[in-house]
Order: sequence, then C-alpha cells, then structure tokens
Amino acid sequence: MSACLLELFTFLSFLIYFILSLSSRKGTIVPLSRVLSFVGVAIALLTLGSSGELFGGAYRVDLFSQIFKALVAMGLFLVLWMGEGEKEVEGRWAPEFAMFLTLSALGLMLLVSAQELITVYVALELSSFSLYIVIPLRRGQTGLELEAAAKYIFFGAISSGVMLYGMGYLYGLVGSTYLKDIVPGLLGAGSGPMVTMALVLALSGFFFKLALFPFHFWCPDVYEGASNQTTTFIATVPKIGAVALLIRLAFLAPKEAEDFVRMLILLSALSMTLGNIVGLVQRDIKRLLAYSGIAHAGYLLMGILALSKEGGASAIYYIAVYLFMNLGLFLVVMILSQKGENVLIDDLKGLWKRAPLLAFTLAVSAFSLAGIPPTGGFAGKLFVFMAAFHQGHLDIVIIGAVNTAISLFYYLNLVRYAYSRDPERSDPVELSLREKVLCYLFIIVVIFLGLFPNTFLTFMRASF
Amino acid sequence: MGEVGYPILSYVIFLPLAGALLLLLFEDELKVKVIALIVSLMNLAISLPLYFQFDPTKKGFQFVEVKDWIPLLGAKYHLGVDGISVLLILLTALLTPICVLCSWRQIEVRVKEFMFCILLMETAMIGVFSSLDFVLFYIFWEAMLIPMYLLIAVWGGPRKDYASIKFFIYTLVGSVFLLVAIIALYVKNGTFSIPEAMFRGYSFRFQYWVFLAFAIAFAIKVPMFPFHTWLPAAHVEAPTAGSVFLASILLKMGTYGFLRFCLPITPKASFYFAPYMIVLSVAAIIYGGFVCLGQEDMKRLIAFSSVAHMGFVTLGIFTFTLNGFKGAMLQMLNHGITTGALFLCVGIIYERTHSRLIEDNSGLGKIMPLYVGFFGLFSFSSFAFPGTNNFVGELFVLLGAFSAQKVAGFFTVVGAILAAAYMLRLLKRITWAEKERSPMRDLNLREIIYLAPLVLFVIWMGLFPANFIRVIEGTLAGLLQQLGRGM
Repeated sequence: MSACLLELFTFLSFLIYFILSLSSRKGTIVPLSRVLSFVGVAIALLTLGSSGELFGGAYRVDLFSQIFKALVAMGLFLVLWMGEGEKEVEGRWAPEFAMFLTLSALGLMLLVSAQELITVYVALELSSFSLYIVIPLRRGQTGLELEAAAKYIFFGAISSGVMLYGMGYLYGLVGSTYLKDIVPGLLGAGSGPMVTMALVLALSGFFFKLALFPFHFWCPDVYEGASNQTTTFIATVPKIGAVALLIRLAFLAPKEAEDFVRMLILLSALSMTLGNIVGLVQRDIKRLLAYSGIAHAGYLLMGILALSKEGGASAIYYIAVYLFMNLGLFLVVMILSQKGENVLIDDLKGLWKRAPLLAFTLAVSAFSLAGIPPTGGFAGKLFVFMAAFHQGHLDIVIIGAVNTAISLFYYLNLVRYAYSRDPERSDPVELSLREKVLCYLFIIVVIFLGLFPNTFLTFMRASF
Repeated sequence: MGEVGYPILSYVIFLPLAGALLLLLFEDELKVKVIALIVSLMNLAISLPLYFQFDPTKKGFQFVEVKDWIPLLGAKYHLGVDGISVLLILLTALLTPICVLCSWRQIEVRVKEFMFCILLMETAMIGVFSSLDFVLFYIFWEAMLIPMYLLIAVWGGPRKDYASIKFFIYTLVGSVFLLVAIIALYVKNGTFSIPEAMFRGYSFRFQYWVFLAFAIAFAIKVPMFPFHTWLPAAHVEAPTAGSVFLASILLKMGTYGFLRFCLPITPKASFYFAPYMIVLSVAAIIYGGFVCLGQEDMKRLIAFSSVAHMGFVTLGIFTFTLNGFKGAMLQMLNHGITTGALFLCVGIIYERTHSRLIEDNSGLGKIMPLYVGFFGLFSFSSFAFPGTNNFVGELFVLLGAFSAQKVAGFFTVVGAILAAAYMLRLLKRITWAEKERSPMRDLNLREIIYLAPLVLFVIWMGLFPANFIRVIEGTLAGLLQQLGRGM
C-alpha cells in the first residue's frame, strides 16, 4: 500500500479540489494547491525506492516508474508555483483548474506504472480528458482557446483510435495484453511487417502526447490558444509520461526488428527537421516553443530508438532536463505576460535592461534548449547522440547535428532580442520573491545537470 | 598533480570563476573593477610556475591532473599542458588584467556584469588550452561563446546586433561538427581522452571525415579564408577588451586545434589536405593584405590584418617542417601580443575622438607623441620589422614554406610586403595630417601601464626568441617525429 502512496495522495488532493470547487470559498485554492503539490513532490522523493505489484501484475511500482512519477510530481508542483493567481485563469475556475491538472498528473502517474495494455489506455485517457477541459479555461476569451480545445480533442481521439488499433494487432499476435507476455510472444512472431506495424501504431498515442511528427498538428495551435499556465503544463508534464511509455513499448521490439528502428529513425529525423525549420519563422514565443517541442521530440526519440539501456537512460535524462529548461522559458513568458496574453518575440526587446535576472533565465534556458554547454541541454543531447551512435545509427546523429545548428537561429534570436535590442518600454519588470527563487532554481538546476550528470545518469541506468 | 605539488592548472582555471562569483556580492563599481583587477593579477601570478617549472625536455604532458567526472561515459576531468599550450595559457593570463584595465573608463554601464563576463572568459579560455578530455574541452570551448557573445551584444558598437549573432552562429555551426567527430572518436576508442586518441592508425576513410569535421570548426575559428566574414564585423563592434580577447586568444584556438587535434589524430588526412590548406592560407595572406590597403576604419584594418597573420600560422602548420611549426607557434603568440596591442591603441584613441576612422584620427604626431610612439612600435612589429617579435615568427614560417612549397613561399613574401604597405599607410596617416589638430590629452599612467608589458614582449621576443623557442621546441619536434613515423 505504501508503494502507491503518491497516487493515493494525488487522488486525495483531487478530491479536496473537487469539494472546494463546490463551496464558495475559492480564494484559498492557489496557496493550497501549491502546498499540496509540494507535499506530492516530497512523497514522490520518499517513495523513490519502493517497489511492488498490484492487480496481478497489471500495475507495477519500480524504480523506473518512480523516477517518472517524481518528475511528473515535480512538473505539477513547478507549474502550480509558476502561475500567478488570477492572471491566467478566472478566479471562479481556479479549483477546477487545479483539480484537472492534478487529475491529469494522476493519470500520468498511473500510466508509467501500467504493465498491461488496457491499463495503459485507461490511464492515458484519464490524463488526456482532464486536459481537454483545462484548455478552454482562459481569461479574456478570444475564441482561440476553443479552437485549441477542439483540435486537442480531435487529434487526441484520432491518435487514441490508432493506438487502440495497434494494440489490437499486438493482442492478435501474442494473445495477451500483459507487457511481460508480449516480449516472448513477439520473438516467436519474427520480424515481419506485422510486428513493426503493430508497435508503431500502438506507440502513436504517445507520439501524440510528445507531439512527434506526424502527430504534431495540434501542438502550435493548442500552445497558442491555451492559457500560458496550461500550455506550460501541456508542454512538459504529459511528455514525461509519453517518454516512459515509449521506452516501455519500444523495448518490446524483438532484437531483429530493423524495420521498426528504421521507422523510428525516419520519424525522428522528420520531426526534428520540421520542428526546427518551421520554428525559424515564428513570432509568438509559445508557437516557437511548440515547434521547438516537436524538434525535441525527435531528439528524444533518438535515445529511444537505440533500444539499449544506455539509450533509455539518456532519453530519461533528456526529458528531465527538458522539463527544467522548458519551464524556465515558460516562466519568462508567464511573467512578461501582463494580463495572461501571449508574448511575442518583440516583447523581449531590451529585457536585459528591464529585468537582468529574467533575461539571464531566458538565456540559460534558450542556450540549454539549443544544446550549448555547460547547460543540461548539452549533456542530454550528448547522451542521446552517443546512444544512437553506439548502435551504429550514424545517419540520425548527423541529421541531429545539422538540426542543432539550424535550431540555434531561433533560440539565439530570443537571447538576441533580450540582450542586444533596445527596449521599447523602459519600466523595469519587478519580480516577486517567488519568481526570483524560481529563476535561480531553473538556472542552477539546468547548469548543474550540464556539469554533473553522473549521479542522475547512474540512477536512471539502474532503473532498467 | 604536476611538478609543483599542487593542482596548479585547476587553480589557474577556477580562480577567475571564483572571482567572478565574488563580484556578484558587490554593488559599487569601483570596488568591482578593483576586485576584477586583483583577481586577474593574482591569476597571472599563480600561473607563472607554469613557465618556470615547465620541463621542455620531457615528452608528453606536464602538470597533469586526472579525476573521474562522468565515469558512466568515461569522461574525465583531465588537465595537462605541453609546449603547445603552456605559452598560450600564459598569454591569456597576461592579457586578462590588461583587458580589465583598458575597460576601466570605457565601460560605463553594467560594469559588474562586464567584469563578470571577462573573468568567465578567462576561465573558459584557459580551460580550452589545458583540457585533455574531449568532453571537458568541448564544454570550455562552447562555454566561452556565451560571455563573448554578451560582450559584443551588450557593450558593443552600433551594429552589435548583427555582429554578435553572426559571430555566435558561425562559430557554433562549426562546433556542432566538432561534436560529431568527438563522438565518432569515442565510439572508435571507447574513451574521451585526447592523448589516447592520437596516432592510433585509423583507416584513411575515417581520418578523412574526422579531419573535415575538425577542420571546419577550427577554420571558422582561425578564421581561414573564406570563413573569415564574421571576424571584421565582430571585431569592429566589440568593445576593446572583447576585440583583444577575440584577436589574441580566440583566434589562436583554431590553430591550436589544428596542432592538438588534426595533426596527431588524423595525420594521414592532414597530409592529404595539406596542399588545400596551404592554398587557403596563402589566399588569406594575399587577400587580407589587399583588403587592408583599402580600409578607412582602423579597427577593420587591424581585423583584416589578423586574417592575413593567421594565414601565416596555418601556412606554417601545414608545411610539416619543424621551422614551419615553430614559426606557426611563435606567430600565434606574436599575433596575440601585437594585434592585441593595436586594438588597445585603437580603443585609446576611440575614447578620445569617438571615431574609429583613420580620417578623424589623423595628425596625432604633434599632439600625442607618446601615443604615436607606442602605436608606431606596434605597427612596425605588425609588419615584422627586424628586431620585433613578428620578424622571428615570419622568418621561421618563410623558411618552412620555402623548403616545403616554393610557390607558396613566393606568394607569402608578397603578402609580407603588403603588410608593410598597409601598416605604414596607416601609421603615416595617424602621425601626419594636412591640417592642424586641436590638442588632446596624451596617454595617462593607466594606459602606459597596460601597454608597457606588451612593449616589453614585442622587444623581448624579437631579440631573444630563444627563451620562448626553448619551451615549444621539444613538443613540436616530438610531434613532427611522430608524424613522420605515422606515414
């Protein structure tokens, strides 16, 4: 029972928010959600080493799942702390907002422990449906958020359908929905196109969450339409769960499944190239980050497609770094946004003069996203490149390197606007203590992950 | 641990970083400047044992430090120096306090952040020259770009936006290929150790690609013709301290890379590509010379003269003769001293007239005799007047070039004459003018103090080059010998 303390606690927080949403006292919800999410992180860290099985092996708690749960809890915690009261979402929706974000995080926590296809599906949908509701909650309705919500629902539903189709194939091939039966089952089935197809289709639900080509179409519009805080959540936390399941499912592939790996290489290459090239012309920072996210999904897949322990660990490392560097950039967006509106690149002009700390946070995050040492983004990229290279996938490493060079233009552009353009307005941006602490936190964590990756990487390798 | 009983390289690398962090605690601008100066002077002082305790007769690396860093990948915290790198580290340590001093008045806004960047640069630059592990090297190599970018982007001239972004993107694109080559070597060798990657007898095909990946990164950094276009822009817009770092240290990293990586790791490919590299070097010398003749902007002129001077260095390297190597190494140091000094001179006059145009700064002979005296000496040094430091270096390069490639030697001589032409033209116009000028303040004590050590080195290295050749000779001879065996 103690093994799934975190899930129980998250569920309890969900219930608290639910009750509060019925009452009229809604002012306390923001501080309360911050405290509860903090307790969640503490519990996640305490239960990191626990293990156990439930429901006849359909639900397993192990180091692998606990690392991901801790990351999800941390993501939820940071997103809730980054939000500033009623700026983004109207006060009357505050309990619902916290409630559905928590529920979505709960879904992801269940997802990473799921060992059986139906459980995987249910957990994934729990996480998705919560987000469908959160997206339209935005102050100052413009209609964009409704478009975003509709797109997210449609694409989500389609990819779920495709995923179920693939799971059907897997079941047809091996006659079981338990992951532990699927590996030996697929070995017997050989490496025919059927296996490749079943696996790729089954992965598509997670490709959707990760915004990997060709399941990325929702991404820019949802980022643009949803409130900044919601986008921050969507851009980071669900991707953690997706990576966990991509690793779980892709590693089911039999050793000789070259077609499958080639398929993933193709998707990875297309995803990073498309993301980076379209990213070049974006003016809205959130749209830019959407395309950047599509590109990063490609880099992440490089670690996964190595299908090695090393590759899996590098993908986990990458998503952990991605969480922090992306949140760092979103923090800048959220602070610069005056009334919860979207922030354009032009708004960054002269940020360095208006708020040096904020500009530095932006620079560190952008350099990290671009993969420049000594930031964590570099370490992550180095690990995934090495993992792919070790398995002989030189082609994708070179494509990745070229893409890194392309992506520089737009990441650097952010820094350039902040540092070498003169500001249009000279009023300084005042940072509250909470915002300052978050800035320092992101800077330190991102640089720390770049310089001293060993402890974490050891830990992540141990989880395989 | 090295020959001094304590980890001297770590101290020299991380003292400036510690100083930079210390700066964050202070608000007062004067205090910040003084602390930055003290830290950089201390670093110079503690780096001196590197010269005095260095044993030129010993093969391999000295002052070596090895510690585990990322054991999972086999990346180590591995430092060490040999004859190629030790003087470059000392050059960096020498120039940092000078850069602090020359920015004393020039930088008026955000002094703390400026000094922070300067000290960060020193850490990264010394780190590059002393890393013996690829990952460590790459981190320092790239980390250097960020403070340099900020130096240009924040404290730069009117076109800082364009110049800084061009600088950053150009150099970073090159480095990405460097990273792929590093990973390829890792997969081949199973280690990130640089010494262990040397002279392993890789297949020619492998060497071919690794050389190309390295060469793009280094050629951009040098910069070799035709990758030089970022350089004039960056130089012109950067503040004086930035220009000095850029010209004196950053450009050396490209040629250092050729000597440290390309030659020992991919010897066969280096031989194969040598003719092309020689052609590009000679092209840089001639092209740089002609472009300089037409410049009206002092800083631009000196920037283009750097292209020509660095052409001498790459030419010396790819002649594969001991004289060529020595000349290249000496030219790296000489260029660091002389061109750095010339940029300082431009900075000094810019502070007074707020113009970099030769036109606006002409006729200083009567009103600023001291300034013109310094400027004249550095100009003479720049076109390799006998008795100055550049003469020795160029002589060695020419010896190497003539023994390896007569045609290249001939064109190089033409380039050397061009250098005299453009530098004398500059000097003439700075000294004399048609009309009288209103008087201006001559050099003050601070300016004399930071120019004086450079004068000392111009003359010392010109008259007694043996003191420096002694340090580099052993390593270069060893390198050449191993290259010969590698064939």
